[in-house]
Amino acid sequence: MLLTLRSVTKTYPTSEGPLKVLDGVDLTLEPGQTLALTGESGSGKSTLLHLAAGLDTADAGSVAVAGQDVAQASDAVRARLRRGTVGLVFQQFNLIPSLDVAANLSFQARLAGRHNPAWTQELADALGLSALLTRYPEQLSGGQQQRVAIGRTLAPKPRLVLADEPTGNLDEATGDAVLALMLRLVAQTGAGLLMVTHSPRLADKLDARVHLTAGRIA
Amino acid sequence: MNAKALLIALLCATPALPQGFAGLGEATAGFALPEPGRHFDFPADHGAHPEYRIEWWYLTATLTGPDGSDYGAQWTLFRTALAPGGGTGWSDPNLWMGHAAVTSADSHRFAQRLGRGGVGQAGVTAQPFAAWIDDWHMISRASPGADALSALDLQAAGPDFAYALALDATGPLVAQGDNGYSVKSASGQASHYYSQPFYAVTGQITLDGRNIPVTGQAWLDREWSSQPLAPDQTGWDWFSLMFDDGARMMGFRLRDAGAGYTSATWIDADGTATPMPPGALTVTPLDTTPVAGRDIPTEWRVQLPGKALDVTVTALNPQAYMQTLVPYWEGPIHITGSHTGRGYLEMTGY
Amino acid sequence: MTGLLALLSHWRRHPVQLAMLLLGLSLATALWSGVQAINAEARASYDRAANALGQDRLDRLVRRDGAPIPIATYAELRRAGWQASPVIEGTYSGLRLIGIDPVTLPEQGRPVDVGNLGDVIGTDTVFAAEGTAVPDGLTLQPADLPTGIAVTDIAVAQRLLGGAGISHLVLDPDAARPALPDTLVVQTAQNGTDIARLTDSFHLNLTAFGLLAFAVGLFIVHSAIGLAFEQRRAVFRTLRALGLSARALTGVLLAELLALAIIGGLAGTAMGYGVAAALLPDVAATLRGLYGAEVAGTLAFRPGWWAAGMGIAVAGTLVAAGQSLWRVWTMPLLAPAQPRAWARASARSLRWQAGLGVALMMATVILGLGGTGLFAGFAMLASLLMGAALLLPVLLTAFTAFAQGRAAGVLPQWFWADTRQQLPGLSLALMALLLALAANVGVGTMVASFRLTFTGWLDQRLASELYLTAQDEAQAARIVMWLAPRTDAVLPIWQADTPLLGQRAEVYGVADHPTYRDNWPMIDALPGVWDAVAAGQGVLANEQLYRRAGLRLGDTVTLPGGALPIVGVYSDYGNPNPQVLISTDQLVARFPDVPRLRYGLRVTPDKAAKLAADLRATFDLPVDAVVDNASIKALSLRIFERTFAVTAALNVLTLGVAGLAMFASLLTLSGMRLPQLAPVWAMGLTRRQLAGLEFARTLLLAALTMLAALPLGLGLAWVLLAVVNVAAFGWRLPMHVFPGDWLHLAGLSLLAAAMAAVIPVRRLARMAPTDLLRVFAHER
Repeated sequence: MLLTLRSVTKTYPTSEGPLKVLDGVDLTLEPGQTLALTGESGSGKSTLLHLAAGLDTADAGSVAVAGQDVAQASDAVRARLRRGTVGLVFQQFNLIPSLDVAANLSFQARLAGRHNPAWTQELADALGLSALLTRYPEQLSGGQQQRVAIGRTLAPKPRLVLADEPTGNLDEATGDAVLALMLRLVAQTGAGLLMVTHSPRLADKLDARVHLTAGRIA
Repeated sequence: MNAKALLIALLCATPALPQGFAGLGEATAGFALPEPGRHFDFPADHGAHPEYRIEWWYLTATLTGPDGSDYGAQWTLFRTALAPGGGTGWSDPNLWMGHAAVTSADSHRFAQRLGRGGVGQAGVTAQPFAAWIDDWHMISRASPGADALSALDLQAAGPDFAYALALDATGPLVAQGDNGYSVKSASGQASHYYSQPFYAVTGQITLDGRNIPVTGQAWLDREWSSQPLAPDQTGWDWFSLMFDDGARMMGFRLRDAGAGYTSATWIDADGTATPMPPGALTVTPLDTTPVAGRDIPTEWRVQLPGKALDVTVTALNPQAYMQTLVPYWEGPIHITGSHTGRGYLEMTGY
Repeated sequence: MTGLLALLSHWRRHPVQLAMLLLGLSLATALWSGVQAINAEARASYDRAANALGQDRLDRLVRRDGAPIPIATYAELRRAGWQASPVIEGTYSGLRLIGIDPVTLPEQGRPVDVGNLGDVIGTDTVFAAEGTAVPDGLTLQPADLPTGIAVTDIAVAQRLLGGAGISHLVLDPDAARPALPDTLVVQTAQNGTDIARLTDSFHLNLTAFGLLAFAVGLFIVHSAIGLAFEQRRAVFRTLRALGLSARALTGVLLAELLALAIIGGLAGTAMGYGVAAALLPDVAATLRGLYGAEVAGTLAFRPGWWAAGMGIAVAGTLVAAGQSLWRVWTMPLLAPAQPRAWARASARSLRWQAGLGVALMMATVILGLGGTGLFAGFAMLASLLMGAALLLPVLLTAFTAFAQGRAAGVLPQWFWADTRQQLPGLSLALMALLLALAANVGVGTMVASFRLTFTGWLDQRLASELYLTAQDEAQAARIVMWLAPRTDAVLPIWQADTPLLGQRAEVYGVADHPTYRDNWPMIDALPGVWDAVAAGQGVLANEQLYRRAGLRLGDTVTLPGGALPIVGVYSDYGNPNPQVLISTDQLVARFPDVPRLRYGLRVTPDKAAKLAADLRATFDLPVDAVVDNASIKALSLRIFERTFAVTAALNVLTLGVAGLAMFASLLTLSGMRLPQLAPVWAMGLTRRQLAGLEFARTLLLAALTMLAALPLGLGLAWVLLAVVNVAAFGWRLPMHVFPGDWLHLAGLSLLAAAMAAVIPVRRLARMAPTDLLRVFAHER
């Protein structure tokens, strides 16, 4: 199993008291599988994704990524997970503004020590970025930026790709094109994909879908 | 000559200069007091009397130029002791003040000098007689045996005037009041006071660099005392009248809240002095002139019935105002009426 | 209304920010107004001094031979028509006693309002500054006089000074001047502004420091305001969307800034009073030590400060906030956030800065080649510092770009790229740090060079083992007889004063002796210089005279008794006056009345102490009549140290403020930097790693700035030593470098940077993931 969540709970303190965002979630994802995670705003889908990425720790339950439990792992362990095993795509493209497209593309791969120039070039070609390699993020359109983000995520060939509304900031046509590209490339690397979306239409393009309501899988 | 005492009194009252200048506001402890029956001792009495607080040598001259123009000249040296007792050099307690003026019908020029005693800057010596402050002086050139004051050289200068006059007495010294004991008020303040009212004058005055030879007459007052005047006396009007017939009259009125206090001495042409009783003299302002922001009487009726005197005196220059540390009016006058002649008028406290 | 409250509640929720803003503002105001207060106090002191010496503004009569004027002569002068007023001067019980004759003193020459003459003449009244300790039997009348000066009636002064004669007569400027006896001479008024002119440079120095500190403080204000505006951008937008006009919003923010400016200004002015009060004693000591100018060591309270302090605080706030206000004014109603706009704009301004910086540097060089005088010196300093400050971000940008290109790993690459990206936000703080560090290096080098030269010079100059001052010439003659068999040499040190090229100059007589030939600190000399001096065929000039008058060797100076050529120039630090040396014979011939009281004694050093003791015992001399050279040296060095204590204090303060500016900037940036850091964190760096990199970045920038500050500081030191000192003091000093000090300073600057960075960095290291995650979820 690539990703396994068991009885995961997560509570955030808010000004109106603790808010239980995840309330005993179970979820599994196999390698090569693409899974859409849908739900209303505030249903906890982003939080679930963050726990799976090792960005945050769970209050209870287990989060196992490629056999390693990261539910309460240390900063260093989770950082290693993010660096080596997981790839992240966000709604906010979150490119590194001080680096040009080429450097952004190869950044995570080099960080993970798995930089493969040929593959990165292939990604750039596939994503239509070859002409843009010397540009800086601010000089790109939203769709271009997100394609760079996808390329950057896939460059180290992560085993698990986590995407949070990757097309949320793009118009429908661009979003569809970007998503298609991402799905094709994820498939090409054989990674598993967990994608948060509020759009049933996009969810339908993935292998499976789970729906989150008030912190629980429906 | 009561008037001068009052001048000093005024000096002491002004904030600008030294209440201490005259020190009259303070007790007289330690100073000698004038006493009736004291006899003058010349030439010693021509000099300074440091045992008394205040003293002056006060000369006024009525002069005429070659073209008949009238002039007046004033030369005054005041002495004030800040403290009784001696002191030499810088520690001498005497302060000296000199005033000099030349008045014509259309101008009045004056100057002032200040100095301290003990160092030679200012002072008076009896023998040989010399009174000076800075480069101003009144020096005797009397022949041996004669009274030191019978012949004087007088010199003073200001920024816009100067004069050098030779004075020769044509009559004797005159003791004022009761043999030189001059009562200043009903309550008994007094001074020692004598005059030389009979000078014939020749010399020259310099106005704006122009030398004018002059001749005329002059009057010297010598007076010393220690006592302040009565506190309610606010000012005075003092007259020295030199009549064409050779007679002289000294008279003053001290003004107070009431009728004031008048005193006069009649001096015959031969120098015989007759002290008139208090109140015998009446002086009445006839006309005033705006001077330095105040109205000052510059035409008077002067009456002394005992001597059949009833005259009008008129200022040669109504603007003869002395803008010195303590301002006062001092200038030459013309006399018309029962007697004719010229003289000097001094007014303070207006 | 609620919207406005929302605006203001920002400060309640960000108390640290508010504190930084107020701290920056009040520090800037404090240093500025403190320095102004010191200057004002000093200037007031000069004015009082000029009044006390009011006679300095009037011409004087003095005796040709410098002896006191007899009272009889005074009386003769008065009777000849001279409107002259006597003054007796002397030292009594540690006070400079000025006895005046209030009766004759012209209005223009009055040091004090003596009030009624009767309260002065014949009394023991002493006019002096409030609190002056007057000897028993005298009555202090507090007066607006410089400390150390007491004015009395001439009679009192004469008595206290043991029957002294008249020192000089001051002349009524309006009165006529008759003929003068041969023994007297009119001394034309020396513009009492001599001291003011001499000390101008010192005050300019202080003002420059005050301005520097103020500018550095404004960097803090700028950062804090920038942050507060940035964080409230959303609120602004909401308010605008709700119908508040740009004009009204700007007005409200302006009012808020003014209120803050007034609070900060009040606090700052009060602190400035504290700064001034703390520094003034040293300033007073400096001015006394360097120029002999008396300044009261205590501060009078001047209401004008409050106005000036508040004014500068408000003006400073507006300058610092101008950019932010302009952004609010021009903020589009619904534009998305543009975090990169600043950076893009800064790329343009970087080119502009580079151009201006290069131009200023060129101006510096041109001034250095062509300019002379104090103004050129300070203009050089200004253009050098401003040019360097403007070039700093350009250089740092270039350096980081270069380093990024050379970096091997992905993290180093990102580190450099990110550092470069941060430069626009940090550059103001870095400029502040650069200026503070350069000032430290420059002034430190100047002072240390001066100290090194000064101590060496003292060694040369104080070649005699003992220095003797006899009480009168008869005693001096007896002592010299007594000394003859007991010493290797007894060297006369006799001094006369004479006007020289419009200034009062000292003329010293020196014996022809190896003590001088071997030791005298000569800067430049013709061959056979000592023979020429000994033969009465030449003079030695001190450097001050030489440089100020633009003289050359061989030029002549006119002394009483005839002109002599300059055959040598020697250094004479710490002396504001022109000075020349001639042979003792020449001195006595030209100044027959010169007091013959001082001697230098050459003995074997180990016998000096015993000889001094014997001397004192044998002739019943006071302790200070025989002084050994070590004591004089110690005293001179003590004066020296105090002289530069103020500079050191201001240096430290400026560096501290620069550290604060850096802290404020980092705090501001740390809020804005999350979007730049969060992606890297998401890609597999721990918060601790990120914090470490941030920390390293700050230290690196501080280190680079320090590196840049070194040449700048040395340039500054050169200008100070070779241009400003020559113009201000009249001497040029060799420059020495002290790398040890640089290391120390580098350590200090790293420490300052570390302290500035530690709070933002710790905050980052401990930041809740939620806060980082918010970056991915929220529009910003």
